[in-house]
Amino acid sequence: MSTISSPTGHQLPEEAIGVLSADGFIDPTESAKAFVDDATAIDHERVAEMYRLMANTRRIDEEGVNLQRQGQLVLWTPSLGQEAAQAGAVTALQDRDWIFPTYREHVMARGRGIPDEKVFDFFRGAVHAGWKPSDYNMQPYTVVLAAQVPHAVGYGWGIAQQQRGWTDARRAEEGRVAVACFGDGASTEGDIHEAMVFAASFDTPVVFFIQNNYWAISTPFEVQSKVPLFKRAKGYGFEGFAVDGNDPIATAAVMDHAVDHARRGGGPVLVEAHTYRMGAHTTADDPTKYRTSEEESQYAQSDPMVRTEQYLRRRFDYTDAFFDEIAAESEQLAVNLREKIVDAPDTISLREKFDLVYAEEHPLVDAQAVAFDRWMEDEDAS
Amino acid sequence: MTTVFDEVATGTKKLTVGQAVNRALGDALATDERVLLQGEDIGALGGVYRVTEGLAARFGSDRVVDAPLGESGIVGTSIGLAQAGFVPVAEIQFDGFVYPAFDQIVSQLAKMHSRFQGSQQFPVTIRLPYGGGIGSVEHHSESPEAYFAHTAGLKVVTYSNAHDAYWVTRAAIDSADPVLLLEPKKHYFVRGEVDFDVPTDNPFATVEARPGTDGTLLAWGPQVSTALAAAEAGVEDGYDLQVLDIRGLSPLDMTTIADAVKTTGRAVIIHESSTFAGFGAEISAGLMEQAFLSLEAPVQRVGGYHMPYPPSRLEQDYLPSVDRILDAVDETFTY
Repeated sequence: MSTISSPTGHQLPEEAIGVLSADGFIDPTESAKAFVDDATAIDHERVAEMYRLMANTRRIDEEGVNLQRQGQLVLWTPSLGQEAAQAGAVTALQDRDWIFPTYREHVMARGRGIPDEKVFDFFRGAVHAGWKPSDYNMQPYTVVLAAQVPHAVGYGWGIAQQQRGWTDARRAEEGRVAVACFGDGASTEGDIHEAMVFAASFDTPVVFFIQNNYWAISTPFEVQSKVPLFKRAKGYGFEGFAVDGNDPIATAAVMDHAVDHARRGGGPVLVEAHTYRMGAHTTADDPTKYRTSEEESQYAQSDPMVRTEQYLRRRFDYTDAFFDEIAAESEQLAVNLREKIVDAPDTISLREKFDLVYAEEHPLVDAQAVAFDRWMEDEDAS
Repeated sequence: MTTVFDEVATGTKKLTVGQAVNRALGDALATDERVLLQGEDIGALGGVYRVTEGLAARFGSDRVVDAPLGESGIVGTSIGLAQAGFVPVAEIQFDGFVYPAFDQIVSQLAKMHSRFQGSQQFPVTIRLPYGGGIGSVEHHSESPEAYFAHTAGLKVVTYSNAHDAYWVTRAAIDSADPVLLLEPKKHYFVRGEVDFDVPTDNPFATVEARPGTDGTLLAWGPQVSTALAAAEAGVEDGYDLQVLDIRGLSPLDMTTIADAVKTTGRAVIIHESSTFAGFGAEISAGLMEQAFLSLEAPVQRVGGYHMPYPPSRLEQDYLPSVDRILDAVDETFTY
C-alpha cells in the first residue's frame, strides 16, 4: 500500500485525513482538504473536553495495570495510545446515540459518564456488564470479536424503520445513530462482512468505527489485510474514510461528518482511525516477544496526548494551570478508584444469577436455585 | 398452501402443520406491531417450504423481510432489533445451516439477559426446520436439539401436530426469552385439526399422545408419529404402550415424564440424532434421579448412530423405526 509519513514517522495510508502535526501545528495531509475547516473550527471547549477524557482515562488505565498486578483485577485491557481516536468519536455523538464497544473503549465509556468502578467491576470478575446499558446507551463490553457489530446493525435497522418518513429537521433533532466499534483484528471476522452487507441493504444509520492499532495481540495488521480497511466500504456500497486516529480534531471532524450522514438517513459509513496500541494487548500479554522497542519508541512520538496538549497551548493559549488541574483531577480519580476497587465485595451473588438466566420461569433453574440455597445454608451451618 | 388469511384465526379448522405455522405467524404480526419476520427467501417466495406464503404481501416487506444470505447476520441483527424494541422472528432455512449462527445464538443471544443483569429482554424466536426422512441432500436432515438445549438462557421447543404448531409458535413469539423453535419439517404437509379458540394450557409442557400401561415411549417432534405407530404395532405383540409428546426440551417437563414412567415402569426414548450425548441421555438421567425405584428395566434409547447423518438413500436404516422401537421395548421385558 502507498503510505505517507506523518511528521513523527507514523505510517498512514495516503488517503488518510490528518490535520495536526505531532507537535500540535496545523499541517494538513493532502487528503484532508474537505475536513480542515471543520477540524480547525472545533472550539476550544471540545478540544479541552477531549483532552480531559484522554488524560483522565490514561491515568485510570495506568491504575488498571497496577490493580491487575496487585491481584485486584483478573485482567485489564489498556487503551494507551488510542485515546484521541476514542475521544474524537465519543464527542461526535448525542446522548441518544448507541455505542456498541469491544472491551477497550475506556475513553468512550468515560465520555458516556460511566463511573470507573462500573467499568472495573467487569475486569475484577464481579459482573459481565458493569453498567446498565440503557442508562448510558452503551452496550456492555463484548469479548467475542465482532459479535457486537451485527447487534449494532440490527439496532440501526430498527431505528431506520422507526424513523421512516421523518423530516430532515426531525432527524437532526431526534434521529439516532449506532456506532459499532471494532479493531483491525476483528475486521477479519465473518460477522463484520455480514454486518456490513445487512447495514448497506437496509440503509441503517450505523457508523463502523475501526480503531486500527496495528496489532491483534501479536499479529501485525499486514496479516489481517493487504489494503487499508476503509477501502472495504466501497465494496459494500457506502463511504469509507481513513483518518489519523492520533489527531483528535481530524478524528472528531471525520466522525462528525459520518454521524451526521447516518443521522440524516444516508446509510452506513466506515471510519478507519489509524492509531497505535502503545501498551500490551492485555495484562496477560508480552509485546517484547513480537515487536521491537524501536517500533514502540517511534510510535510513542505520535502520542495523541502530547499532540492535543500542544494544540491547546499553541492555538488556544492554554497554560500550565489547565494541564496541572487536569493532572490533579486525574490523580484524584485514581485515588477514588483504588478506594472503591481494592478488596471490594461482590456486587452480585451467584444466587442472584439464577434469577437472571431467563426473563420467565424455568423449572430447572428454579429448582437448582432452591437446591443451591439449601447447600449454602448447610455450608453456613457447618 | 395457497390461502392468504386476513383475519386473526377463530374456531376450528383442518390445516397442515405448515398452514398452522403460517396462521400463527400471521396472527402474531396482526396482533403485535413489534413482530418482525426475517429470513432467507421468506418474502415473495414464502420460504422454501412456503410456510410464510402471503405474509409479505399482507404485512409489507418491512415486517416480513428477505434477509441477505447470512445466518450469523440474521441472528445477530435480530438481537439488535430486539434492543430497538422489536420482537424478531428469524427463520434459518435448514437445520444444517444453523451452525454459522452458533456464536450469535449460544454466546450472544442466550447470554444477553444474564449479561444485561435483566435490564433488557431479548424476545427473539429462531424458527429452525429440522429432522430427516425427507429424502434430501446433506445438511437438510439434522436434529441439532442437544447443542441448544445444553445452553442456559435459551428455550428449545418443538411440536408434532398442527394444533400444537399453532400454539407453540404463538407461545414462542410471546415468550420474553429467546426461543429456538424446532419445526418438524417432515410434518409440514400433514393435516390436523387446529382449535384456535382454546389455547393450549402450557404449550411447552409434555403431554400424553396415547395412554398405555406397560411402558412409556418418549418422543418429540418428527418422532412422535413413529412412536405412535410403534405403540399401535405393539398391540399385536401384547403391549399396551403409552406415548409422551415432549414439546419443551428446555424447559423440560420432567415432572410429567417421571410421573408417567413411575406408573408404567418402563421407558424407551426415541430421537433422530446420535444417542451419544443426545437429549435422550438427559431424560434418562432425570428418570434415574426421579423414578429409579419404579423402573422395571434400564431406560432404553433408540436414536441415530454415531455417524454424520447419512445420504438419503440410507436414512431409513439410520432413523428410529417401529421395529427398532419394539425391539427396545422387548429388551425392557427381559429384566
